[in-house]
Amino acid sequence: MTHLPAGATARPDPHLPVHPRNPGMPLELDWVQSVRVNRSAVERRAASLGARRTVKKQWQAAWLLRAVTLMDLTTLSGDDTPGRVRRLCAKGRAPVRPDLLEALGATALPIRVAAICVYHAMVETAVDALAGSGIPVAAVSTGFPAGLSPFEQRRDEITASVGAGAEEIDVVITRAHVLTGNWQALYDEVRAFREACGDAHIKTILATGELGTLRNVARASLVCMMAGADFIKTSTGKEGVNATLPVGLVMVRQIREYLDRTGYRVGFKPAGGIRSAKDSLTWLGMMKEELGDAWLRPELFRLGASSLLTDIERQLEYFVTGRYSADYRHPLG
Amino acid sequence: MASISEIFETMEYGPAPEAARPALDWIAEHGGGPGHWINGKWTRPAGGEWFDSVNPASGKALAKVAQGSARDVNAAVRAARAAQAEWAALGGHGRARHLYALARQVQKHSRLFAVMESLDNGKPIRESRDIDIPLVARHFYHHAGWAQLMETELAGMAPLGVVGQIIPWNFPLLMLSWKIAPALAMGNTVVLKPAEFTSLTALLFAEIAGEAGLPPGVINVVTGDGRTGELLVKHDDVDKIAFTGSTDVGRLIRVATAGSGKRLSLELGGKSPFIVFEDADLDSVVEGVVDAIWFNQGQVCCAGSRILVQEGVAERLVHKLRARMEMLRVGNPLDKAVDIGAIIAPVQLEKISQLVQQGRDEGATIWQPSWSCPTEGYFFPPTLFTDVAPSATVAQVEIFGPVVVLMTFRTPAEAVELANNTRYGLAASVWTESVNLALDIAPKLAAGTVWVNCTNVFDAAAGFGGYRESGFGREGGREGLMEYVKPSWEDGRTGRREGRKAVGKAGRRDGGKNSKDGSVPSSRLPDFPPIDRTAKLYVGGKQVRPDGGYSDPVFDVAGRQVGEVSRGNRKDIRNAVEAAHKARGWAEGTAHNRAQVLYYIAENLAERAEEFAGRLAGSREDGKAGSPEVDASIRRLYTWAAWADKWDGHVHRTPYRNVTLAMPEPLGVIGIECAEEAPLLGFVSTMAPAIAMGNRVILLPSERWPLAATDLYQVLETSDVPGGVVNIITGPHAELRPVLAAHDDVDGMWQFGSAEGAEEVERLSAGNMKRTWVSYGRPRDWFDGMQGEGTEFLEHATQVKNIWVPYGE
Repeated sequence: MTHLPAGATARPDPHLPVHPRNPGMPLELDWVQSVRVNRSAVERRAASLGARRTVKKQWQAAWLLRAVTLMDLTTLSGDDTPGRVRRLCAKGRAPVRPDLLEALGATALPIRVAAICVYHAMVETAVDALAGSGIPVAAVSTGFPAGLSPFEQRRDEITASVGAGAEEIDVVITRAHVLTGNWQALYDEVRAFREACGDAHIKTILATGELGTLRNVARASLVCMMAGADFIKTSTGKEGVNATLPVGLVMVRQIREYLDRTGYRVGFKPAGGIRSAKDSLTWLGMMKEELGDAWLRPELFRLGASSLLTDIERQLEYFVTGRYSADYRHPLG
Repeated sequence: MASISEIFETMEYGPAPEAARPALDWIAEHGGGPGHWINGKWTRPAGGEWFDSVNPASGKALAKVAQGSARDVNAAVRAARAAQAEWAALGGHGRARHLYALARQVQKHSRLFAVMESLDNGKPIRESRDIDIPLVARHFYHHAGWAQLMETELAGMAPLGVVGQIIPWNFPLLMLSWKIAPALAMGNTVVLKPAEFTSLTALLFAEIAGEAGLPPGVINVVTGDGRTGELLVKHDDVDKIAFTGSTDVGRLIRVATAGSGKRLSLELGGKSPFIVFEDADLDSVVEGVVDAIWFNQGQVCCAGSRILVQEGVAERLVHKLRARMEMLRVGNPLDKAVDIGAIIAPVQLEKISQLVQQGRDEGATIWQPSWSCPTEGYFFPPTLFTDVAPSATVAQVEIFGPVVVLMTFRTPAEAVELANNTRYGLAASVWTESVNLALDIAPKLAAGTVWVNCTNVFDAAAGFGGYRESGFGREGGREGLMEYVKPSWEDGRTGRREGRKAVGKAGRRDGGKNSKDGSVPSSRLPDFPPIDRTAKLYVGGKQVRPDGGYSDPVFDVAGRQVGEVSRGNRKDIRNAVEAAHKARGWAEGTAHNRAQVLYYIAENLAERAEEFAGRLAGSREDGKAGSPEVDASIRRLYTWAAWADKWDGHVHRTPYRNVTLAMPEPLGVIGIECAEEAPLLGFVSTMAPAIAMGNRVILLPSERWPLAATDLYQVLETSDVPGGVVNIITGPHAELRPVLAAHDDVDGMWQFGSAEGAEEVERLSAGNMKRTWVSYGRPRDWFDGMQGEGTEFLEHATQVKNIWVPYGE
């Protein structure tokens, strides 16, 4: 994978091992069934996360820059056009105004978004627009967002997106498999998607807003990891409720459990509803607290967002100037 | 200073301090320390003595605090006494307005309070800001409502008068609110003594309350150390002492106030179990442990300091806990990203260190995170002991620091046994995804609060307080109000002072309205032979001979011997208590069943009414038959049979998605010294409500006229009363009473007799902190509906357990 820009000067962190890709494992139903989630307790922890940790001053600026590099900058609209996608890619290459980076002493840092996330139809445009940047293109495939088109079509869509140059594939799972407790079917589906992805990384979107319970979220997370998911992702952004902290907490705890038992690190991507700089810091804080610093890198953590970047830019400018910023002062994506 | 580029790589946390300035300014504006708050004014200490309040995060002096002397305490009590009548006369609505204003004031100045609290106490600003202060405001709001509703919801109740309140240093302002809000709501005025380490928020509060228009004298704050507290405890003109603190000091207060007529509520120490079943959400359990023992540096009376985990998941839990501990952050309490602040004082730090060393010495495995604590100020790292036996010191003693021990169990029954293997009984926490298991275990735990899948959750609407040596009385909720009221009929003749004068005058009273009807002409009385039979003791459902082998004659009012009665001794008491404990099934059975048994007793007593009336005639000065007393006794049995299945608990409206079940539970085994007057009615009136609620009782019947009670055991025998539920020991009260009062396996003691007896009961109860209810030699009209069968009997026969059950899938 080439997540980091080719010309980046970022030093590889000597403390971080290279993560071998999660190969998956046979479906272990006993483990899946044994998962327990206490919603009230999860909500209490989630509510205290933002209150227990905060970063101020240059720490906040640095964390916000980091958040920018973890972003899957996304456009997933019916009215997407090549022009719109090219504009987004340009923003992805230079997400923060150069004068701000200079004032922050961050010109040497690889400040680029982690990926550009688009529909299959826009993959080629995005790949072209990002040529040489090292920024991968992520495609939402498999009948996004409902995921209810015929199985072969969904599998073929992955193949087509990979063929078009997408290095990451965000797939949606069949919610019905979760809601009916058909874990074998979910496992088989994700396994097949993973095979279709080949070397491209697979992010499985659980559409947690449609899974009914946190226990279902936890079990679906686990089955996807067993089936070989590289990332588990909360939402398409199209459900009524998207990335919430309790849901995220449940998913990252399953990632930790999977790591403990198999030794493999799986990534996490909350998506949908993350709009403010403060929200992004809370998510980063949760990753640091629950999984550790390895999950503050694009290899293992992404923020799926479209409007978040603007707020981060405004906060960075406030840090630099001491004056509250306006959105029109920052170039559109 | 780290550069942005560096932080971008390391992704470390930086400092995030809350400004201390506004709180420091307040102190400076008050000359470094304002003194006492008495009668609405700052008052310099009469003795001229001051001491430093120290910031535990730096070890440096923060302010100077006045040492309260006798003159200061006297002035404060005088001010409170002077203000009380008018405060009570203000009425519920008037007091509600004041309490509402106090709640608003706390909210308006919330950050100033939070910063002051963290500076003075060392707790993280997150906690003072997000937990302590919001709970304080909530407490005043909630009790504003109780003030408003007092006249209707607590009809027949009156304020106690002046209340002395002594609070600890771990939640200074929160404990102030728990004390002051219900006291004021019910029409009392207060003298509050904050802990000497943490007086500042109480002083700030007093001033803000004054600014909000609270009348002078309603709240008085006298600062000082234990000597000041002692002055308050022993003050003659205080009607009640409310204390939160250590069990050792609570015991001293119990002894010091014995016989004084002062009401007492004590919220004391704990070694609360934290029970983890194998089907629990272990990741949430880990956060629960953080909330249980790393909240407020573990300086929490209800801290979950004993983890009991089902053996099969113990290893996984320990692994997860250790990983979590590594992520905790200890440091400057004013830092917004700190989990654990400073320990209150060097003396406490020393105590924690010593106990931890003892834990190591006794062979437990210790685990602490790899990082180290700040060296300036008083800090201690989170600590986990595994391989701990129940006999280990660290498993027994309240450490009051961030130290938790972990033990394993095999079955739910063993979990309960281990959980209850302690003298304390403040709180417990149960973690399981099974509602069956949770609701099976919660009632079996000897603890005033049981949190299911949560811990250290508080609210003004729910009662909080202990079982066993964790104290008695509740704070919060309807049950908490009972600590600040008395039945109106006691007004003007409370035990304090007036009661003392009444010592020894407790002769029988001529009955109430019930006595007017149905006297039996003496010609119809059965003709008793001079000596009929020797009454035995009644223990464990059997008539037994007294251990000592002595009997004493019983004479009627005319001096004729009417029978003989067994002289019980300490061994008979011992046997009766054992029998009572064996009859545990009585409490576990249904309330419907207990009602049926009580009705049956009434039925069988009615069957023999004439015989009992004759028996009672011998105890009457007027020589008339005792039919009115028998009739009243039968009615009374009906009353308590009726109540048996109607003394419901509540579901409190706490502001969380949960049900908070307030369940009245029996005390357990209660010793009762019955009144000398009304030998049958006084006996029945105490026995019946106690057993109706599921208690087992050991009764000392009227010493002079015990035969009505011993006759009654034949009625009990024919009424399906299980053996051991009612035990009757006749004999000299002076010998028997102290044995019962001091017995460590007796849970409560009621005493209706002499003032000296009351003093003895209260003093001796301090051994195991049993609940006491004594008359201070004050007569009670057993025929009167309020005095003889008021719901206060049920209040004293039960203690409320609050079970918090969050829900949501």
